[in-house]
Amino acid sequence: MKTLLLLLLAPLQAYAALNILACEPEWGSLAKELGGDKVNVYTAITAMQDPHRVEARPSLMARARNADLLICTGAQLEIGWVPLLQTQSGNAKIQNGQPGYFEAASAVSLIERPSSVDRSQGDVHPAGNPHLHLDPRNIARVASALAQRLAAIDGAQAPYYQAREKEFGQRWSKASATWMQQAASLKGMPIVVYHKDLSYLVNWLAMREAGTLEPKPGLPPSTAHLAELLERLKGSPAKAVVRSAYNDPRPAEWLAERAKIPTVVLPYTVGGTERATDLFGLYDDTIARLLAVKQ
Amino acid sequence: MHRMLACAMALTMAAAAQAQDAKSEIEELKRRVEDLEARSAAKPATNAFNPDISLILQGTAARSSQNPNDYQITGFAPSGGDVAPPRRGFSLGESELVISSNIDPYFRGQLAASLTPENELEVEEAFFQTLALGKGFTIKGGRFLSGIGYQNPIHQHAWDFQDAPLPYKAFLGGRLNDDGVQAKWIAPTDLLLELGAEAGRGRQFPGSDPNKNSAGMWSLFGHVGGDAGSGGAWRAGLSYLKTSPEDRAFTDAGVLQSFTGASKLWIADAVFKWNADLKLQGEYFRRTEDGSLAYAATPGAYSSRQSGWYAQAVYQFMPRWRAGYRYDRLDHGTVSSDLTQTQAPLLLTDYNPTRNTVMVDWSPTEFSRIRLQLAQDKSRIGVTDNQALLQYIFSLGAHGAHTF
Repeated sequence: MKTLLLLLLAPLQAYAALNILACEPEWGSLAKELGGDKVNVYTAITAMQDPHRVEARPSLMARARNADLLICTGAQLEIGWVPLLQTQSGNAKIQNGQPGYFEAASAVSLIERPSSVDRSQGDVHPAGNPHLHLDPRNIARVASALAQRLAAIDGAQAPYYQAREKEFGQRWSKASATWMQQAASLKGMPIVVYHKDLSYLVNWLAMREAGTLEPKPGLPPSTAHLAELLERLKGSPAKAVVRSAYNDPRPAEWLAERAKIPTVVLPYTVGGTERATDLFGLYDDTIARLLAVKQ
Repeated sequence: MHRMLACAMALTMAAAAQAQDAKSEIEELKRRVEDLEARSAAKPATNAFNPDISLILQGTAARSSQNPNDYQITGFAPSGGDVAPPRRGFSLGESELVISSNIDPYFRGQLAASLTPENELEVEEAFFQTLALGKGFTIKGGRFLSGIGYQNPIHQHAWDFQDAPLPYKAFLGGRLNDDGVQAKWIAPTDLLLELGAEAGRGRQFPGSDPNKNSAGMWSLFGHVGGDAGSGGAWRAGLSYLKTSPEDRAFTDAGVLQSFTGASKLWIADAVFKWNADLKLQGEYFRRTEDGSLAYAATPGAYSSRQSGWYAQAVYQFMPRWRAGYRYDRLDHGTVSSDLTQTQAPLLLTDYNPTRNTVMVDWSPTEFSRIRLQLAQDKSRIGVTDNQALLQYIFSLGAHGAHTF
C-alpha cells in the first residue's frame, strides 16, 4: 500500500520540482548543490563552449519556456542570447526584475571595471569582468544569494534550501581554506593566459598575469601579437601558458613551444576536465594542474 | 640585562599591537572600498532608461555583366520589392537604425528604420511585443518581419549572402513585413514546438494593399527544433500565407496587367547548425494563384501553380573566415490563362530561373564583416548575368542578439 502511494506521488513530486535553466555549467552545478532533488536543472552550454558565443538555439528556447528560474552570470556575458530567450519564450517569470531571473554578478563586486568603454578596446564588459566564478569567495556569495532566491520562489521548500546552503557553505569554506593552503606556493607565479577569463583566479591566488594571448579581449590571437608576447617573455619569463578547456589549443602551444614553458589546460568550469565533475572538483583540479607546473 | 629584556619585550609587544592595528585598519579600509564599489555599481546613471540603440552601416561595390535596372525574373509576376542586384559601381546599402527597449513589465518595443541610399527613410519594423502573458504566449503588433519561413524574420544585415534567395524575391518581394498582429505559442515540451498566426493588411506583395476593413493577409506557421548530438542544433518548419490581391498591377510588353484573386503560399524550411562552424539551410516554396487577370482592362481567367527552392551551406574554415555556397531555382510550373505568350511574355514564358552563388567573408569581430560574393544569375531567359560584389557590414552601438 505504502509503495503504491509512493508510486502515485512520485510523478506529482517530479512535477512540483522547480525547473531551472542555468546559463553556464558552474551555475547549473551550484543549483544542484542548493536545490538537491527539489530542482530539475538544465545547463545551456558545456565547458567546451565559449560562453561569449552562444546562440538562442531551439532547445534553449523550449527550456526557457518552461523555466521557473533562469540563472545566468549577467554583466553582459550572455548579451547575445539571453535577451532573446527572455523576449521570445513567452515566459513571464524569467524577465528582468522578476524573481525568476537571477544574475550571479548581482551578488559580488566585479573586478576590472573599465572607467570608460569603447569597442576599440575589444569586447569589454562595461560592468566589469564577468568570469567571476573562479574565486571561491564569490561562489560562497552567489550561493547565499541564490539560496535566498530559491526560497523566495519556492516558499514551501525554503527551509530545505536554507539547510542545504548552510551545509554547502560549511563544506565550501573548509575546502576553500584547504585550497588556499595548497596553493600558497603559487603566489607571485607569473603566467600567460589566453583570455581575461582567469582574472579572478589570478587575483585570488595572487599570481601574476604576464600577458594574454588575445591582443584585446575577444579578438583571436594574432601572429604579430604572439611574437611580441614571446619577445616580452624573454625579459620577464612566465612559468606557463594557461588556457581554458574551451580555448583553441594552437596559439597556446605555439607560444609555449617557443618560450620553452609548459602549457596548462584548466577546466575553467564544471565539466572542463574529467576531474571537474562539480564545483569542488573544479577547484581541486585547477589547483592540482597549476601546482604540477610549479614543481 | 633584565631591563634590556623588558625593553625588548615591550617593544615587540608594541610592534605586535601596531601590526594588529594596521591589520584591522586594512580590514576596515577593505570593507569601505567594497562598500563604495557596491554603491557606485548600484548608482543609476541618468541615461539608464535610454533604449538600446544600434546602427548598421552597409555598402557595396558591384559589377554585373547585365544591366541591373532591367532585372526581372522570367515566368513570374514582378513582386515590386527591392529585388534587383545592387547598382553597378559603388553604392551605399541600407543603413539600419534599431532602437529597442522594455516599455514596462508587460511590453517591449522595437523600431528598425532603414535609411535608403536614395535618401528615404523606411520603417522596416515598428512593433510592440508582450512580455508577461506567460504560458508560452507572446503577441506582437505593428509592423514586423513575418514569422513565416526561416529567413524572413531575419534582418538583411544578418543574412549569409548579400541578397535574398530567388524564391524570396519572386514570391515575397525579398521579405514580408506587413502591418498587423502576430500571436505565437511555445508548447511546454523539451523539444521546441512553436505555433504562430498572423493577420495583416496585405500591404505588400503578394498582397496589394487593399482598401477594406477585413484583413488582407493571413499566415500560419509552425516550427519544431532541438539538439542533435553535443554540437548540433536543428529547426524545421512549415508556413502558410494567404493574401487576396485586388488589381495587383504590373506592365509587361507595354501593356498593363493586373491580378485579382487568391494567392496561397506554402513554405517548408529547415536549418541545421554544427557549433559555430557549419550552417545548412534550405527552403521550398509553392504558390497557387487563382482569379482573374485583367489585360489592358479586359478581365480573363488566370491560375498558376509555381514553386521554387534554395539550399545553402556556410562553413567557418578558420577563425574569422567563412565560405558559403547557395543554389537557388524557380519552377515555372503551370500557368493557365486566356492570353498568348506574345501578349504576356513575362508570365507565360515557360522558363526555370536558376542561380549559383559563392561567398567568402571575413569578420574581424562580431561587429564588422567584409564579404566577397560572386554569382551566376540566370533569372532572365537567354542571358547569364555574372555578378561580383564586395560588401561591408558594420554594426555600432548596442550588441544585437541574433535569432537562431
